[in-house]
Amino acid sequence: MSDATKPAMGADGVVPPFVLGGRSWGSRLIAGTGGFRSLAELESALGATGAELVTVALRRLDPEQKGSLLDVIDRLGLFVLPNTAGCYTARDAVKTAKLAREAFQTDWIKLEVIGDDRTLFPDAVELLRAAEELVGDGFTVLPYTNDDPVLARRLEAVGCAAVMPLGSPIGSGMGIRNPVNIAIIVEQATVPVVLDAGIGTASDAAYAMELGCDAVLVASAISRAAHPTLMAQAVRAAVEAGVAARHAGRIPRKLHAVASTAELGLPDLS
Amino acid sequence: MSGGSGAPGGSGAPGGSASGSQIAVHLNGAPTLLAADATVADVVGLSGFAPAARGVAVALDGDVVPRADWTTTTVREGARLEVLTAVAGG
Repeated sequence: MSDATKPAMGADGVVPPFVLGGRSWGSRLIAGTGGFRSLAELESALGATGAELVTVALRRLDPEQKGSLLDVIDRLGLFVLPNTAGCYTARDAVKTAKLAREAFQTDWIKLEVIGDDRTLFPDAVELLRAAEELVGDGFTVLPYTNDDPVLARRLEAVGCAAVMPLGSPIGSGMGIRNPVNIAIIVEQATVPVVLDAGIGTASDAAYAMELGCDAVLVASAISRAAHPTLMAQAVRAAVEAGVAARHAGRIPRKLHAVASTAELGLPDLS
Repeated sequence: MSGGSGAPGGSGAPGGSASGSQIAVHLNGAPTLLAADATVADVVGLSGFAPAARGVAVALDGDVVPRADWTTTTVREGARLEVLTAVAGG
């Protein structure tokens, strides 16, 4: 078959279950908890996402903080995925992961090792180093990574439970700036690929799923939307639409039209 | 929590005997006085958390103190303590 007639990649006609870290999940949308204007808004929006996994961070206690994030998460029955946000070295990230393990009694960690404070791009060298050490220490490591297929392969090789390439910088809302690289990462990965960072609106999430990502992680696009709960509903629907479209098999792109109505039986109206 | 009444010159050492021996530590970056026999568990309590406190972790001089060791780990003069909790993020 020529490329033009080959079914689209992933077009098996069935949406498979989403398995991450040895567990099956009903939602392919992982929600970040940062950026909401209030805990009430966070609770309403998280509920609307249908997400089962939510990220949290560890920081010094703020005496001004009102209410408990964990109470909200418990009320909604969500699984806590701690992160290492704010870490710039493997050493700090590993320590933060171990603190998170004590705090939340979980081996799961969203590993972030930042290399640059303007772009918040990952530091590839430190990231890989931290991932390897944490995997060795029994963690289920979900690394936030660049849209770099080679680095994704290296992270998978050291035992990460997923790879989570960025679409564009964290909080930028720029969507997926290098869809071709994301497609290559998907094509080669044998662990789930989670599009992490850059989603700006629902269509970005649908696009990530159409490219073959197994899930998306969305924070700012929801929390900083003018109406977070409505955006949560939109992103949830987009993720479901995107994964269905992926497995349905889109038609190939062609330069010229292909008539959708038969020419046979066309009347002579001359 | 930190930098308030527990600061040097403040109203004494919370979490221990009022008399005599106190130690100066850094608690979440703020100078703080503690009873000389204070444990990590005492510091967690001072920070307003219940002993079982889910979502709380402690680092002592940059190293993680496992939960199981909170009651038996004592704090020394000059120690750097970080008491951390869950916040929104990521």
